[in-house]
Amino acid sequence: MNIFNIIKEIEKFDPEVYDRLDSRRSAFKNLRSIGKKTALAAVPLALGSVFQKAYGQSNSMVLEVLNFALKLEYLERNFYTQGLAASGLITDSAARGAFEKIRSHEAAHVDLLISTIQSLNGTPISEPTFNFGKNFQDWNTNYQTFLTLAQAFEDTGVRAYKGQAGNLINNDTVLTVALQIHSVEARHAAHVRRMRGVKGWIEGAGANSNVPDGAQPVYAGEDNVMQGGVNVTTVGSGYSAAIATGAFDEPLTKEQVAQIVSLFE
Amino acid sequence: MEKPTQKQEQQEAKKGSGIVVPQRRMFLRYAGATALATSLLLTTTSCDDDDDGTMTPDPDTVDLGSGDTGILNYAYALEQLEAAFYTQVVAQSLGMFSQSEQQIMQDLKGHENIHRDFLKAALGSAAIPDLEVDFSSVNFNDKANILATAKTFEDLGVAAYNGAGQYLEDAGFLTLAGKIVSVEARHAAVIRDLISNGTFSDSADNKGLDPAMMPADVLQAAAPFIVTKISANNLPK
Repeated sequence: MNIFNIIKEIEKFDPEVYDRLDSRRSAFKNLRSIGKKTALAAVPLALGSVFQKAYGQSNSMVLEVLNFALKLEYLERNFYTQGLAASGLITDSAARGAFEKIRSHEAAHVDLLISTIQSLNGTPISEPTFNFGKNFQDWNTNYQTFLTLAQAFEDTGVRAYKGQAGNLINNDTVLTVALQIHSVEARHAAHVRRMRGVKGWIEGAGANSNVPDGAQPVYAGEDNVMQGGVNVTTVGSGYSAAIATGAFDEPLTKEQVAQIVSLFE
Repeated sequence: MEKPTQKQEQQEAKKGSGIVVPQRRMFLRYAGATALATSLLLTTTSCDDDDDGTMTPDPDTVDLGSGDTGILNYAYALEQLEAAFYTQVVAQSLGMFSQSEQQIMQDLKGHENIHRDFLKAALGSAAIPDLEVDFSSVNFNDKANILATAKTFEDLGVAAYNGAGQYLEDAGFLTLAGKIVSVEARHAAVIRDLISNGTFSDSADNKGLDPAMMPADVLQAAAPFIVTKISANNLPK
């Protein structure tokens, strides 16, 4: 098989394939010479990049999502790094272990997002300056405040990634990575919530989340029971609002997340 | 300055989702999705092999179907399995758990049952029939065995949704799947912590990523607990 047969096959599904590739003709020529001169194994990569350009959805949208996620991961990494370093704040060994584990995941997410952005020829944002004490002055001296903020950041992270999934629908690789991060954030959230003695899942608009009024935006909309146009309390018998809202996490928009993050900038 | 740009892009994306996007996705499916960059040219098999195969249907086999419907049926099958499991745990084993653990098991039963019933309602006439489950390998009188089975199901559910998201073409369905998968991840974390506190996210690799599994692998892992034969042959690839 050669690449021209592949294009011909694609044409059956996408009559415009030649038009798409036409604007990339020079890249395509390059590809032919690469094919002749270099090892066969290098060709798929080059071919992938041609198709990425011809078919990739608005790369800038994907990059915007990745940088948006990167900001949240910076925030989390910074928060846990400072928290773990604050003397006398996290003294329990199990708690330290949990936060060290969470911090290492957030650090790995930062690295992964940066390298993904770079591989898409984007520019990762640099780490912003965060001010966790801006509205929560005892954040690094009062363990309960620290725990509350940790819960808020993790639950916000889950909701933020969820809100961007649709914007990644045409980049399967990035979407899958985002989902793989998203579920890890949910695991963190569940653990931190239980460290505070609340359930691992969110029932109602923060009804079971034990946060102060200032943190309510983190749980706005979590009382939704309409899923895909269906009131899920009615899809079977005996479903309470607590079960119905606990069973579905809700997304946050970029604007909602930005409002939450602004409390710490 | 940021806002107009963002809006423009969203509008472009909206326009695009009607025309450009489905074509690309068809292409990806046709080419074997992730196979594109790695094995398309190196494989010796013909491209035609990647077409949706028309297998001779076995009358006893439940076919999940194709496209988004197939993926939703796949999720529905897994939710049926989880719902049946926790229903039996609550019916038969609750007394072995502490009061707070009993609340957890009740919640898990409720969540998985509502996931199942929601997906059934969403699928309507396209929904696969009720699956016959087989928990004969589970000792419902042994707390550790129950928790170990729950961990298997919850981690598997998370990996399944993570792996299947890329096959959904409808952004609304993708968000719905996202709303469910994070709850499955919360379940998985809590079950893991009940087994051994602090292991909530040990599923993640050194990049901080949870697994994402392909449907064939997930169904193989679930097969010992499901009597009904399931075909994933027509799922998007």
